[in-house]
Amino acid sequence: MERLDPRARSDIYGSRINRAPSPLRANSVPYVTIMLGSVLPVLLIADLMPLMPSLGFLMLLAWRMVRPGLLPLWAGAPLGAFDDLVSGQPFGSAILLWSLAMIAIEMIETRFPWRGFWQDWFTASTIGIVYWLVSLLVSGASLTPEMLLVALPQALLSVLLYPIIARLVAGLDRFRLARARKLN
Amino acid sequence: MAPPSSRRSGFSKKAQYSLFTGYLLAGAGALLGLGLLALSLWQPSAFAPLRGAATDVVAPAGKVTAATRSGSQGFVASIAGYFSAGTQNAELRREMEIARIRLAEADAVKAENRRLKGLLGLSDGDTKPVAVARLIGSTATSGRRHAYISAGAGDGVQPGMPVVSERGVIGRVLETGRNSARVLLLTDSESVLPVRRAKDNIIAFAEGRGDGLLRIRLVNLGVNPLKVGDLMVTSGAGGYYRPGVAVAVIAKITPDGGIAQLIAEPGATNFVAVEPIAQAAAVEALKAEEQPGGKPAASASATSSPSSAVLETAD
Repeated sequence: MERLDPRARSDIYGSRINRAPSPLRANSVPYVTIMLGSVLPVLLIADLMPLMPSLGFLMLLAWRMVRPGLLPLWAGAPLGAFDDLVSGQPFGSAILLWSLAMIAIEMIETRFPWRGFWQDWFTASTIGIVYWLVSLLVSGASLTPEMLLVALPQALLSVLLYPIIARLVAGLDRFRLARARKLN
Repeated sequence: MAPPSSRRSGFSKKAQYSLFTGYLLAGAGALLGLGLLALSLWQPSAFAPLRGAATDVVAPAGKVTAATRSGSQGFVASIAGYFSAGTQNAELRREMEIARIRLAEADAVKAENRRLKGLLGLSDGDTKPVAVARLIGSTATSGRRHAYISAGAGDGVQPGMPVVSERGVIGRVLETGRNSARVLLLTDSESVLPVRRAKDNIIAFAEGRGDGLLRIRLVNLGVNPLKVGDLMVTSGAGGYYRPGVAVAVIAKITPDGGIAQLIAEPGATNFVAVEPIAQAAAVEALKAEEQPGGKPAASASATSSPSSAVLETAD
Protein backbone atom coordinates (compact mmCIF):
# COMPACT_ATOMS: atom_id res chain seq x y z
CA MET A 1 0.00 0.00 0.00
CA GLU A 2 2.76 2.43 1.00
CA ARG A 3 4.52 1.72 -2.28
CA LEU A 4 1.49 2.91 -4.25
CA ASP A 5 0.84 5.96 -2.14
CA PRO A 6 3.19 6.89 0.72
CA ARG A 7 0.47 8.94 2.38
CA ALA A 8 -2.18 6.26 2.25
CA ARG A 9 -2.10 5.48 5.96
CA SER A 10 -1.47 8.98 7.18
CA ASP A 11 -3.26 12.32 7.37
CA ILE A 12 -2.15 15.85 8.24
CA TYR A 13 -1.47 14.70 11.80
CA GLY A 14 0.92 11.93 10.69
CA SER A 15 0.68 8.18 10.40
CA ARG A 16 -2.61 6.70 11.56
CA ILE A 17 -1.22 3.31 12.46
CA ASN A 18 0.47 2.70 15.78
CA ARG A 19 0.60 6.40 16.64
CA ALA A 20 -1.36 8.68 18.95
CA PRO A 21 -1.16 12.36 19.83
CA SER A 22 0.88 13.11 22.93
CA PRO A 23 -1.49 14.23 25.70
CA LEU A 24 1.11 16.55 27.19
CA ARG A 25 1.52 18.38 23.91
CA ALA A 26 -2.20 18.43 23.19
CA ASN A 27 -2.94 20.10 26.50
CA SER A 28 0.01 22.44 26.90
CA VAL A 29 0.55 24.03 23.49
CA PRO A 30 -2.24 26.65 23.69
CA TYR A 31 -1.19 27.87 27.11
CA VAL A 32 2.53 27.85 26.34
CA THR A 33 2.09 29.78 23.08
CA ILE A 34 -0.15 32.40 24.69
CA MET A 35 2.40 32.89 27.48
CA LEU A 36 5.20 33.13 24.90
CA GLY A 37 3.11 35.78 23.14
CA SER A 38 3.07 37.72 26.42
CA VAL A 39 6.83 37.44 26.94
CA LEU A 40 8.17 38.05 23.41
CA PRO A 41 7.35 41.80 23.17
CA VAL A 42 9.24 42.36 26.45
CA LEU A 43 12.48 41.64 24.62
CA LEU A 44 12.01 44.65 22.32
CA ILE A 45 13.31 48.03 23.48
CA ALA A 46 10.42 50.44 23.11
CA ASP A 47 11.64 53.77 24.46
CA LEU A 48 9.46 56.19 22.52
CA MET A 49 6.12 54.53 22.00
CA PRO A 50 4.39 51.17 22.25
CA LEU A 51 5.64 49.05 19.36
CA MET A 52 3.11 46.27 19.03
CA PRO A 53 -0.30 45.19 20.30
CA SER A 54 -0.45 42.70 23.14
CA LEU A 55 0.65 39.56 21.33
CA GLY A 56 -0.51 37.34 24.18
CA PHE A 57 -4.04 38.74 23.94
CA LEU A 58 -4.10 38.27 20.16
CA MET A 59 -2.97 34.66 20.64
CA LEU A 60 -5.72 34.12 23.21
CA LEU A 61 -8.34 35.52 20.81
CA ALA A 62 -7.01 33.41 17.95
CA TRP A 63 -6.99 30.17 19.98
CA ARG A 64 -10.49 30.92 21.20
CA MET A 65 -11.76 31.65 17.67
CA VAL A 66 -9.91 28.97 15.74
CA ARG A 67 -10.51 26.22 18.31
CA PRO A 68 -13.73 27.00 20.18
CA GLY A 69 -14.15 24.90 23.30
CA LEU A 70 -10.46 24.15 23.76
CA LEU A 71 -9.75 26.87 26.32
CA PRO A 72 -12.12 26.80 29.30
CA LEU A 73 -14.18 29.91 29.87
CA TRP A 74 -12.12 30.90 32.91
CA ALA A 75 -8.73 30.60 31.15
CA GLY A 76 -8.53 34.39 30.77
CA ALA A 77 -7.82 34.94 34.46
CA PRO A 78 -4.64 32.82 34.96
CA LEU A 79 -3.22 33.71 31.55
CA GLY A 80 -3.99 37.37 32.16
CA ALA A 81 -2.23 37.19 35.53
CA PHE A 82 0.92 35.98 33.77
CA ASP A 83 0.62 38.74 31.16
CA ASP A 84 0.29 41.37 33.91
CA LEU A 85 3.56 40.24 35.47
CA VAL A 86 5.58 41.15 32.39
CA SER A 87 3.49 43.63 30.38
CA GLY A 88 4.02 46.74 32.54
CA GLN A 89 0.30 47.28 33.02
CA PRO A 90 -0.95 47.45 36.62
CA PHE A 91 -1.43 43.96 38.03
CA GLY A 92 -5.05 42.91 37.53
CA SER A 93 -5.83 44.75 34.30
CA ALA A 94 -5.28 41.76 32.03
CA ILE A 95 -6.97 39.40 34.52
CA LEU A 96 -10.08 41.57 34.27
CA LEU A 97 -9.97 42.33 30.55
CA TRP A 98 -9.02 38.83 29.35
CA SER A 99 -11.80 37.29 31.49
CA LEU A 100 -14.31 39.77 30.11
CA ALA A 101 -13.12 39.06 26.55
CA MET A 102 -13.61 35.30 27.05
CA ILE A 103 -17.13 35.85 28.40
CA ALA A 104 -17.95 38.25 25.55
CA ILE A 105 -16.80 35.76 22.89
CA GLU A 106 -18.80 32.99 24.59
CA MET A 107 -21.95 35.13 24.49
CA ILE A 108 -21.39 36.15 20.87
CA GLU A 109 -20.93 32.49 20.00
CA THR A 110 -24.16 31.49 21.73
CA ARG A 111 -25.98 34.23 19.87
CA PHE A 112 -24.46 33.48 16.43
CA PRO A 113 -23.48 29.78 16.46
CA TRP A 114 -22.60 29.61 12.75
CA ARG A 115 -19.55 31.74 12.34
CA GLY A 116 -17.09 32.25 9.50
CA PHE A 117 -13.66 33.78 9.12
CA TRP A 118 -14.94 37.28 8.39
CA GLN A 119 -17.19 37.35 11.42
CA ASP A 120 -14.34 36.02 13.57
CA TRP A 121 -12.07 38.76 12.27
CA PHE A 122 -14.74 41.38 12.96
CA THR A 123 -15.27 40.09 16.51
CA ALA A 124 -11.54 39.88 17.21
CA SER A 125 -10.94 43.39 15.84
CA THR A 126 -13.74 44.92 17.87
CA ILE A 127 -12.55 43.21 21.04
CA GLY A 128 -8.94 44.08 20.22
CA ILE A 129 -9.69 47.79 19.79
CA VAL A 130 -11.81 47.96 22.95
CA TYR A 131 -9.01 46.15 24.81
CA TRP A 132 -6.43 48.61 23.42
CA LEU A 133 -8.41 51.64 24.56
CA VAL A 134 -9.33 50.29 28.00
CA SER A 135 -5.80 49.09 28.74
CA LEU A 136 -4.51 52.59 27.89
CA LEU A 137 -7.09 54.05 30.27
CA VAL A 138 -6.13 51.78 33.18
CA SER A 139 -2.36 51.90 32.52
CA GLY A 140 -1.84 53.96 35.68
CA ALA A 141 -0.81 57.09 33.80
CA SER A 142 -3.18 59.91 32.95
CA LEU A 143 -4.06 59.62 29.27
CA THR A 144 -2.66 62.48 27.21
CA PRO A 145 -3.57 63.20 23.56
CA GLU A 146 0.07 62.49 22.63
CA MET A 147 -0.08 59.06 24.24
CA LEU A 148 -3.25 58.23 22.33
CA LEU A 149 -1.68 59.40 19.07
CA VAL A 150 1.45 57.28 19.37
CA ALA A 151 -0.60 54.27 20.44
CA LEU A 152 -2.82 54.42 17.32
CA PRO A 153 -0.55 52.13 15.26
CA GLN A 154 -1.05 49.55 18.01
CA ALA A 155 -4.81 49.52 17.39
CA LEU A 156 -4.32 49.25 13.64
CA LEU A 157 -1.81 46.42 14.05
CA SER A 158 -4.10 44.48 16.37
CA VAL A 159 -6.74 44.50 13.61
CA LEU A 160 -4.33 43.62 10.81
CA LEU A 161 -2.40 40.95 12.69
CA TYR A 162 -5.43 38.79 13.52
CA PRO A 163 -5.58 36.81 10.23
CA ILE A 164 -1.85 36.09 10.39
CA ILE A 165 -2.05 34.97 13.98
CA ALA A 166 -5.12 32.86 13.25
CA ARG A 167 -3.10 31.06 10.54
CA LEU A 168 -0.23 30.66 12.98
CA VAL A 169 -2.57 29.19 15.56
CA ALA A 170 -4.01 26.80 12.97
CA GLY A 171 -0.46 25.61 12.29
CA LEU A 172 0.23 25.29 16.01
CA ASP A 173 -2.98 23.30 16.33
CA ARG A 174 -1.72 20.79 13.76
CA PHE A 175 1.50 20.56 15.76
CA ARG A 176 -0.54 20.11 18.93
CA LEU A 177 -2.48 17.16 17.56
CA ALA A 178 0.37 15.56 15.61
CA ARG A 179 0.64 11.84 16.38
CA ALA A 180 3.93 11.91 18.21
CA ARG A 181 3.41 9.06 20.69
CA LYS A 182 4.20 5.50 19.60
CA LEU A 183 1.78 2.82 20.72
CA ASN A 184 3.17 -0.58 21.62
CA MET B 1 -18.31 26.76 11.90
CA ALA B 2 -20.71 25.88 14.67
CA PRO B 3 -19.37 25.32 18.16
CA PRO B 4 -18.77 21.67 19.07
CA SER B 5 -21.98 19.92 20.13
CA SER B 6 -20.39 18.87 23.42
CA ARG B 7 -20.80 22.45 24.58
CA ARG B 8 -24.56 22.52 24.07
CA SER B 9 -26.03 21.50 27.38
CA GLY B 10 -29.45 20.29 26.24
CA PHE B 11 -31.31 18.43 28.98
CA SER B 12 -28.23 16.97 30.65
CA LYS B 13 -28.07 18.31 34.19
CA LYS B 14 -24.33 17.61 34.34
CA ALA B 15 -23.64 19.62 31.18
CA GLN B 16 -25.82 22.46 32.39
CA TYR B 17 -23.99 22.58 35.71
CA SER B 18 -20.55 22.53 34.09
CA LEU B 19 -21.55 25.33 31.73
CA PHE B 20 -22.88 27.33 34.66
CA THR B 21 -19.69 26.68 36.65
CA GLY B 22 -17.63 27.92 33.72
CA TYR B 23 -19.52 31.20 33.64
CA LEU B 24 -19.28 31.46 37.43
CA LEU B 25 -15.51 30.92 37.43
CA ALA B 26 -14.97 33.36 34.55
CA GLY B 27 -17.10 35.98 36.31
CA ALA B 28 -15.17 35.40 39.54
CA GLY B 29 -11.91 35.78 37.60
CA ALA B 30 -13.09 39.10 36.18
CA LEU B 31 -14.12 40.34 39.63
CA LEU B 32 -10.79 39.23 41.09
CA GLY B 33 -9.03 41.12 38.30
CA LEU B 34 -11.09 44.24 39.04
CA GLY B 35 -10.14 44.04 42.71
CA LEU B 36 -6.45 43.50 41.99
CA LEU B 37 -6.49 46.31 39.41
CA ALA B 38 -7.99 48.73 41.93
CA LEU B 39 -5.42 47.63 44.50
CA SER B 40 -2.47 48.06 42.16
CA LEU B 41 -3.69 51.47 40.93
CA TRP B 42 -3.99 52.55 44.57
CA GLN B 43 -0.70 50.98 45.72
CA PRO B 44 1.51 50.66 42.60
CA SER B 45 4.26 48.78 44.44
CA ALA B 46 1.95 46.13 45.95
CA PHE B 47 2.91 43.45 43.43
CA ALA B 48 6.54 44.42 42.98
CA PRO B 49 7.97 41.14 44.41
CA LEU B 50 5.80 39.03 42.05
CA ARG B 51 6.79 41.11 39.05
CA GLY B 52 10.43 41.03 40.11
CA ALA B 53 10.38 37.24 40.19
CA ALA B 54 8.79 37.10 36.73
CA THR B 55 11.37 39.49 35.29
CA ASP B 56 14.18 37.44 36.83
CA VAL B 57 12.93 34.48 34.80
CA VAL B 58 12.78 36.49 31.56
CA ALA B 59 16.14 38.22 32.16
CA PRO B 60 18.46 35.54 30.65
CA ALA B 61 16.56 35.63 27.35
CA GLY B 62 16.74 39.43 27.47
CA LYS B 63 20.50 39.31 27.85
CA VAL B 64 20.80 37.19 24.71
CA THR B 65 18.62 39.54 22.65
CA ALA B 66 20.47 42.55 24.04
CA ALA B 67 23.78 41.09 22.88
CA THR B 68 22.26 40.31 19.47
CA ARG B 69 20.82 43.80 19.22
CA SER B 70 24.14 45.50 19.89
CA GLY B 71 25.84 43.12 17.45
CA SER B 72 23.35 43.78 14.66
CA GLN B 73 23.48 47.53 15.26
CA GLY B 74 27.24 47.42 14.73
CA PHE B 75 26.81 45.28 11.60
CA VAL B 76 24.30 47.62 9.96
CA ALA B 77 26.36 50.64 10.95
CA SER B 78 29.50 49.23 9.41
CA ILE B 79 27.74 48.51 6.10
CA ALA B 80 26.21 51.97 6.05
CA GLY B 81 29.65 53.36 6.84
CA TYR B 82 31.06 52.16 3.49
CA PHE B 83 28.48 54.14 1.55
CA SER B 84 29.04 57.42 3.31
CA ALA B 85 32.76 57.14 4.07
CA GLY B 86 34.00 60.02 1.89
CA THR B 87 31.61 62.76 2.91
CA GLN B 88 31.74 61.55 6.47
CA ASN B 89 35.50 61.82 6.50
CA ALA B 90 35.47 65.47 5.47
CA GLU B 91 32.72 66.24 7.90
CA LEU B 92 34.49 64.47 10.76
CA ARG B 93 37.66 66.44 10.08
CA ARG B 94 35.74 69.69 10.31
CA GLU B 95 33.95 68.55 13.46
CA MET B 96 37.26 67.55 14.96
CA GLU B 97 38.59 71.08 14.51
CA ILE B 98 35.60 72.48 16.32
CA ALA B 99 35.84 69.85 19.01
CA ARG B 100 39.47 70.79 19.65
CA ILE B 101 38.44 74.38 20.19
CA ARG B 102 35.63 73.37 22.49
CA LEU B 103 37.97 71.09 24.39
CA ALA B 104 40.31 73.99 25.00
CA GLU B 105 37.38 76.05 26.23
CA ALA B 106 36.31 73.21 28.49
CA ASP B 107 39.80 73.02 29.93
CA ALA B 108 39.58 76.66 30.81
CA VAL B 109 36.20 76.16 32.42
CA LYS B 110 37.50 73.15 34.33
CA ALA B 111 40.42 75.14 35.66
CA GLU B 112 38.11 77.90 36.76
CA ASN B 113 35.79 75.34 38.31
CA ARG B 114 38.61 73.82 40.30
CA ARG B 115 39.63 77.22 41.56
CA LEU B 116 36.08 78.16 42.60
CA LYS B 117 35.45 74.80 44.22
CA GLY B 118 38.68 75.14 46.07
CA LEU B 119 37.41 78.44 47.37
CA LEU B 120 34.18 76.78 48.47
CA GLY B 121 36.02 73.87 50.04
CA LEU B 122 33.99 71.26 48.18
CA SER B 123 35.47 67.97 47.16
CA ASP B 124 34.66 66.69 43.67
CA GLY B 125 34.02 63.08 44.61
CA ASP B 126 33.41 60.82 41.64
CA THR B 127 30.19 58.85 41.96
CA LYS B 128 30.98 55.19 41.65
CA PRO B 129 28.16 53.26 39.94
CA VAL B 130 26.40 50.61 42.01
CA ALA B 131 26.17 48.32 39.03
CA VAL B 132 26.69 48.32 35.29
CA ALA B 133 23.98 46.45 33.43
CA ARG B 134 22.47 45.81 30.03
CA LEU B 135 19.07 47.09 28.99
CA ILE B 136 17.34 43.76 28.44
CA GLY B 137 13.77 44.68 27.60
CA SER B 138 10.88 47.05 27.88
CA THR B 139 7.12 47.14 28.08
CA ALA B 140 6.60 47.29 24.32
CA THR B 141 2.86 46.56 24.40
CA SER B 142 1.86 48.93 27.16
CA GLY B 143 1.24 52.68 27.19
CA ARG B 144 3.72 52.95 30.05
CA ARG B 145 7.41 53.33 29.23
CA HIS B 146 9.31 51.00 31.54
CA ALA B 147 12.53 49.18 30.78
CA TYR B 148 14.23 46.20 32.37
CA ILE B 149 17.92 46.06 33.24
CA SER B 150 20.03 43.03 34.04
CA ALA B 151 21.02 44.02 37.58
CA GLY B 152 18.85 43.76 40.65
CA ALA B 153 18.78 43.69 44.41
CA GLY B 154 21.54 41.07 44.35
CA ASP B 155 23.88 43.68 42.83
CA GLY B 156 22.87 46.34 45.33
CA VAL B 157 20.31 48.08 43.14
CA GLN B 158 17.49 49.69 45.10
CA PRO B 159 14.29 51.49 44.06
CA GLY B 160 14.89 55.20 43.44
CA MET B 161 18.44 54.89 42.11
CA PRO B 162 19.14 56.88 38.93
CA VAL B 163 20.06 54.98 35.76
CA VAL B 164 22.39 56.76 33.35
CA SER B 165 24.13 55.85 30.12
CA GLU B 166 27.35 57.35 28.85
CA ARG B 167 25.30 60.07 27.13
CA GLY B 168 22.90 61.05 29.89
CA VAL B 169 19.97 60.15 32.11
CA ILE B 170 17.90 57.10 31.16
CA GLY B 171 15.50 56.92 34.10
CA ARG B 172 15.03 55.78 37.65
CA VAL B 173 14.72 52.32 39.22
CA LEU B 174 11.12 51.55 40.18
CA GLU B 175 11.19 47.96 41.38
CA THR B 176 13.92 45.39 41.82
CA GLY B 177 14.03 41.64 41.46
CA ARG B 178 16.97 39.50 42.49
CA ASN B 179 18.96 39.99 39.27
CA SER B 180 16.79 42.35 37.25
CA ALA B 181 15.13 45.68 37.87
CA ARG B 182 12.37 47.76 36.35
CA VAL B 183 13.29 51.28 35.29
CA LEU B 184 10.91 54.18 34.79
CA LEU B 185 12.11 55.83 31.58
CA LEU B 186 12.11 59.62 31.25
CA THR B 187 9.58 59.39 28.42
CA ASP B 188 6.92 57.79 30.62
CA SER B 189 4.06 60.18 31.20
CA GLU B 190 4.41 59.78 34.98
CA SER B 191 8.08 60.72 35.06
CA VAL B 192 9.04 64.15 36.40
CA LEU B 193 12.65 65.27 36.67
CA PRO B 194 13.98 68.57 38.02
CA VAL B 195 16.36 70.11 35.44
CA ARG B 196 18.20 73.33 34.78
CA ARG B 197 19.67 74.93 31.68
CA ALA B 198 23.31 73.88 31.35
CA LYS B 199 24.76 77.34 30.82
CA ASP B 200 22.88 79.18 33.56
CA ASN B 201 20.54 78.39 36.42
CA ILE B 202 17.10 78.53 34.84
CA ILE B 203 15.32 75.70 36.61
CA ALA B 204 12.43 73.69 35.24
CA PHE B 205 10.69 70.33 35.41
CA ALA B 206 11.08 67.81 32.59
CA GLU B 207 7.93 65.73 32.30
CA GLY B 208 7.52 62.74 30.00
CA ARG B 209 4.69 63.07 27.50
CA GLY B 210 4.34 59.41 26.70
CA ASP B 211 5.32 59.94 23.05
CA GLY B 212 9.10 60.04 23.30
CA LEU B 213 9.42 63.78 23.97
CA LEU B 214 9.76 65.70 27.21
CA ARG B 215 7.79 68.76 28.18
CA ILE B 216 10.01 71.33 29.91
CA ARG B 217 7.99 73.47 32.29
CA LEU B 218 9.73 76.48 33.77
CA VAL B 219 9.40 77.05 37.49
CA ASN B 220 9.56 80.84 37.19
CA LEU B 221 7.03 81.97 34.62
CA GLY B 222 7.47 85.22 32.74
CA VAL B 223 9.39 85.88 29.55
CA ASN B 224 10.45 82.46 28.28
CA PRO B 225 14.26 82.54 28.16
CA LEU B 226 14.64 79.12 26.51
CA LYS B 227 15.92 78.77 22.95
CA VAL B 228 15.87 75.88 20.52
CA GLY B 229 19.05 73.86 21.03
CA ASP B 230 19.48 74.63 24.73
CA LEU B 231 20.85 71.73 26.74
CA MET B 232 19.00 70.81 29.92
CA VAL B 233 20.89 68.96 32.68
CA THR B 234 19.78 67.55 36.01
CA SER B 235 19.65 70.18 38.72
CA GLY B 236 20.07 67.76 41.60
CA ALA B 237 16.88 68.97 43.24
CA GLY B 238 15.03 66.27 45.08
CA GLY B 239 18.22 64.42 45.88
CA TYR B 240 17.86 61.47 43.53
CA TYR B 241 20.17 62.56 40.69
CA ARG B 242 23.60 64.11 40.98
CA PRO B 243 23.56 67.56 39.36
CA GLY B 244 24.90 68.21 35.88
CA VAL B 245 23.96 65.04 33.97
CA ALA B 246 22.66 65.72 30.45
CA VAL B 247 18.93 65.12 29.99
CA ALA B 248 17.48 66.70 26.86
CA VAL B 249 17.82 69.32 24.13
CA ILE B 250 15.05 71.85 23.52
CA ALA B 251 13.42 71.24 20.14
CA LYS B 252 10.43 73.57 20.28
CA ILE B 253 9.42 76.54 22.40
CA THR B 254 6.03 76.69 24.12
CA PRO B 255 4.58 79.55 26.23
CA ASP B 256 5.50 77.87 29.52
CA GLY B 257 8.78 76.29 28.53
CA GLY B 258 9.50 73.94 25.67
CA ILE B 259 9.37 70.52 24.14
CA ALA B 260 12.67 68.68 24.38
CA GLN B 261 14.24 65.62 22.81
CA LEU B 262 16.09 63.00 24.82
CA ILE B 263 19.87 62.89 24.68
CA ALA B 264 20.25 59.30 25.89
CA GLU B 265 17.77 57.22 23.92
CA PRO B 266 17.36 53.81 25.56
CA GLY B 267 16.80 52.16 22.18
CA ALA B 268 20.33 53.09 21.10
CA THR B 269 21.90 52.17 24.44
CA ASN B 270 23.48 48.86 25.37
CA PHE B 271 25.03 49.40 28.77
CA VAL B 272 23.74 51.59 31.55
CA ALA B 273 25.12 52.42 34.98
CA VAL B 274 22.99 52.40 38.10
CA GLU B 275 24.20 55.16 40.39
CA PRO B 276 23.56 55.54 44.10
CA ILE B 277 20.96 58.09 45.16
CA ALA B 278 22.87 61.38 45.22
CA GLN B 279 21.54 62.70 48.53
CA ALA B 280 20.24 59.54 50.20
CA ALA B 281 19.81 61.21 53.59
CA ALA B 282 17.73 64.04 52.13
CA VAL B 283 15.52 61.60 50.20
CA GLU B 284 14.92 59.57 53.36
CA ALA B 285 14.01 62.71 55.28
CA LEU B 286 11.58 63.77 52.56
CA LYS B 287 9.98 60.32 52.48
CA ALA B 288 9.50 60.35 56.24
CA GLU B 289 7.90 63.76 55.90
CA GLU B 290 5.60 62.66 53.10
CA GLN B 291 4.47 59.43 54.71
CA PRO B 292 1.92 60.90 57.19
CA GLY B 293 0.39 62.91 54.35
CA GLY B 294 -0.79 59.66 52.78
CA LYS B 295 1.17 60.04 49.54
CA PRO B 296 2.53 56.62 48.48
CA ALA B 297 6.30 56.60 48.77
CA ALA B 298 6.79 54.65 45.56
CA SER B 299 4.86 57.11 43.42
CA ALA B 300 6.29 57.34 39.95
CA SER B 301 7.33 60.98 39.93
CA ALA B 302 10.86 61.79 41.03
CA THR B 303 10.04 64.89 43.00
CA SER B 304 6.96 66.68 41.94
CA SER B 305 6.36 68.53 45.16
CA PRO B 306 7.76 72.04 44.83
CA SER B 307 8.68 72.13 48.52
CA SER B 308 11.32 69.43 48.08
CA ALA B 309 12.75 71.23 45.04
CA VAL B 310 13.11 74.43 47.03
CA LEU B 311 14.63 72.53 49.92
CA GLU B 312 17.32 71.03 47.75
CA THR B 313 18.21 74.06 45.66
CA ALA B 314 18.70 76.08 48.81
CA ASP B 315 22.14 74.63 49.55
